[in-house]
Amino acid sequence: MLTAAGAAILLLLLLGLCGPLHGRLPGSAARTDRIAYGGGMAGCFVLMSVGLAALSGAVEDDALSAALPIGLPWLGAHFRLDPLSAFFMVVVDLGGLIACIYGLGYGTHEREPGRVLGFFTPYLAGLNLVLLADDAFSFLLCWEFMSLSSWLLVLVSHRDPENRHAAYVYIVMASIGTFCLLLAFGLMAGPGGGYGFAAMRASALDPGLETVVLLLAIAGAGSKAGLVPLHAWLPLAHPAAPSHVSALMSGVMTKVAIYGFVRIVLDLLGTPAWWWGLVVLLLGGLTAAMGVLYALMQQDLKRLLAYSTVENVGLVFVGLGLALAFQAQGMVVPAALALSAGLLHVLNHSLFKSLLFFGAGAVLVATGERQLDRLGGLIHRMPRTAILFLVGCAAISALPPLNGFVSEWLIFQAILLSPQLPDWALRFVVPAVGAVLALSAALVATTFVKAYGIAFLGRPRSREAEAAHEVDRWQGAAMTGLAALCLAVGVLPALFLDLLAPVTQALTGASLDRQSGLPWLTLIPIAEARSSYNGLLLLLFIAFSTVVPALVIHRFATRATRRGAIWDCGFPQTDPATQYTSGSFAQPLRRVFGTLIFHARERVDMPLPGEVRAARFSVELRDLAWDVFYAPVARAVEFAAGRLNHLQFLTVRRYLSLVFGALVLLLLVLAIWQ
Amino acid sequence: MAVIFDLVVQGAQMALVLVLAPLLTGIVRLVKARLMGRRGPSPIQPYRDLMRLLRKEAVLAENASWLFRVTPYVVFASIWVAASLVPTFATGLIFSWSADLIAIVALLGSARFFLALAGMDVGTSFGGIGSSREMMIASLAEPAMLMIVFAVALLAGSTQLSTVAAVLQQPEVGLRVTLALALVAMVIVAIAENARIPVDNPATHLELTMVHEAMVLEYSGRHLAMIEAGAFLKLLLYVSLIACVFLPFGLAPSGAGPAAYALALLVYLAKLLGGGVLLALFETSIAKMRVFRVPEYLGVALMLGLLGVMLLFVSRSL
Repeated sequence: MLTAAGAAILLLLLLGLCGPLHGRLPGSAARTDRIAYGGGMAGCFVLMSVGLAALSGAVEDDALSAALPIGLPWLGAHFRLDPLSAFFMVVVDLGGLIACIYGLGYGTHEREPGRVLGFFTPYLAGLNLVLLADDAFSFLLCWEFMSLSSWLLVLVSHRDPENRHAAYVYIVMASIGTFCLLLAFGLMAGPGGGYGFAAMRASALDPGLETVVLLLAIAGAGSKAGLVPLHAWLPLAHPAAPSHVSALMSGVMTKVAIYGFVRIVLDLLGTPAWWWGLVVLLLGGLTAAMGVLYALMQQDLKRLLAYSTVENVGLVFVGLGLALAFQAQGMVVPAALALSAGLLHVLNHSLFKSLLFFGAGAVLVATGERQLDRLGGLIHRMPRTAILFLVGCAAISALPPLNGFVSEWLIFQAILLSPQLPDWALRFVVPAVGAVLALSAALVATTFVKAYGIAFLGRPRSREAEAAHEVDRWQGAAMTGLAALCLAVGVLPALFLDLLAPVTQALTGASLDRQSGLPWLTLIPIAEARSSYNGLLLLLFIAFSTVVPALVIHRFATRATRRGAIWDCGFPQTDPATQYTSGSFAQPLRRVFGTLIFHARERVDMPLPGEVRAARFSVELRDLAWDVFYAPVARAVEFAAGRLNHLQFLTVRRYLSLVFGALVLLLLVLAIWQ
Repeated sequence: MAVIFDLVVQGAQMALVLVLAPLLTGIVRLVKARLMGRRGPSPIQPYRDLMRLLRKEAVLAENASWLFRVTPYVVFASIWVAASLVPTFATGLIFSWSADLIAIVALLGSARFFLALAGMDVGTSFGGIGSSREMMIASLAEPAMLMIVFAVALLAGSTQLSTVAAVLQQPEVGLRVTLALALVAMVIVAIAENARIPVDNPATHLELTMVHEAMVLEYSGRHLAMIEAGAFLKLLLYVSLIACVFLPFGLAPSGAGPAAYALALLVYLAKLLGGGVLLALFETSIAKMRVFRVPEYLGVALMLGLLGVMLLFVSRSL
């Protein structure tokens, strides 16, 4: 099995050659596109099938691990596919497969396609390699490969100074994250150098070291996933890449980061202490609330989506935190429920966030605009994209019977089991986090009403929006596939939840009862008297009570319809600029939360009576994480760099004596250590 | 045979909420008018309004999209499904397990989501102001509602409304502080969600003071009728929900005979009447508040709900 996976990964890596070869192959330039994305589809399909096969238990364990004679000389490189990595592999390669389909259409609009093609498929390979790695050395190597290839993709439109800044912040944060993971693995391996995951799993650390490893894992994997306050790079970097890469970064790479966290904390570290769950829950709740509040304030469609990714990562971490808290008390069934909820949300988020980024990409292709306030009325000019984007918006807003609701419902069910936890701190924090989740769920709906209402509804606010056209069939097909999957997971959640059973079994020692055997495919996580949900029936009910009244009214009352001028209380304004904008839509909530959280400042510059200039209104928002965490670090680095600058201009003798001094110092440290 | 009878009861419940909803609104309007010293319209006036609207042709703005035309039906359907999942006169109906209290809240959220989108479809500033404010109110009311759901669910050990009602019917539940907090919070949320005074004024004709009405300003004819019917149903849903959770007596259990159902129906009608009269009393005794006072008002509900939940979390070991 792993041979097939290895061959597929090799294929993905080799397809990177399409970048330099772009335009140099015989035939048209679009041919390289087709080779790269077509090959990428094949590779992802093979990897996804391998993941599904491993997850369904159709393969023996022996076929799922391999050691290659590369890497550290005494260790080699180990690769293994266990249920956890198999599940994430399905998520990654499903996203990758559909991104390749989308790329077939979207790639033709790229200004410098070679810069994308060279790194797109290797990036996919990197994502898969991280999941397969079974020792710390290969894990970190693949992790860094994934970071660097995505960094190069962020830099595709490098002529835009904003993108260069985004890429710079990204590479700095990615390096810090890898560094934290390096230290975490080093601590877990111990002085004996047991860098294999199996050795780490077997060895026990003392509680102090475990705490340090947990914090390093949160910093390392959490910064990649976008946990607040380490998120500030994410809304810069994700939107800067081409849209299908943005979809992969938001929908898939954050999931690989979550995989890293789960692997280290739930798998390698052993039994959690009671307060681990508390820390993760608090961070998750903070991330969910801040992420959605920032998303609500954005005026750039892709940045809004990136901030919403931060929110969803918070939701997943709440699930993981609950799982840790239950696990620490040996309550395995609630732990399995919380973990299933978190992991199902991983799948769901990868589906709807990819869909939404593809929709944003389609809008970008059709109008060249990302600013919401220059869009409008696209539902008339891009009917297919409009309906698919609407499905994405409804799914992410957790509206039944779509998939977002199912995972949110499961997380709420897990929260409702938590009064059984004996720790006092958790008893205060869990309901508070529940309230924060409820608040962020409602704010997500507001955010996406805003995004959809401003971009797709109303009247066009610019000439570009007026001249928009529908995108090609490849992009349409990719979005249709994702929308169908969103509906499928929402209506038949039992089938997808059963896929998670081996994962929770491996990590928590328990799994939910088999769901797909229940009548009508009802979801009953714990007991029927406690809670149940049936998306299929709900969909049928809603369809029935939509269609029947409509038919009855059309048949027995009237179906006469007349088109007339806009009513608007008798005074319609013809200028599209009189419509609500994204800023004005968010204004009430900015007033409620803004002054406290963003230090929002509104400035109104009114001309005096008789003056003939336009009035101006501006809003200034600050990202507190940037001010509190990033700016001081940046200042410190700058300060140190300034001070150390004169080291650049020393004579050779002084350099040699510096090297000598460093050597002596290190030997001294070693001597004292021993 | 039993299955057919269950299906009939379920169908009766769906029809019942649909038939009773306009009457409840009519009663509230009549009592309000009487309290203000007017004669007021007959309680069946809402039925007449609906019939009149249904017979008229619908006028659409030139640039209204398909979303604008579909929304009234979707809104109506979501609220109708939600309303028929709340036990009115009987618990344990045949489809009651298909969705729990959290799903009911989410269904109402769906209706609001689409209505807010429709408000922005034509591209007028009134539509935008209505949608924006409606979503602000919802963003604060929905978490408060979920906190109430949590409180009730923790107390009953279930999020299924039928189980909740059955558990709370038992005498050993008694009077609970959490239930009292949840009741107050629920009333606040119900008033906000149904666009009643002091949050919104359903009868206003001054555009800038309205929220819900501004959103549906462009609607006419059968579309408006569907939205109005949805609003009537939503009011009925909240009254039924409060009755089912906080006054669960008189509910017929699953499989009770026709006589028990008839008695339960009478009790339910009495509860509806009581709820309607109380709402009218409350509305006439209070003034509408400024829109930016609403967050504080709903914040109270959220905090009460959270307090109720915390109390349950903490008291579990005492």
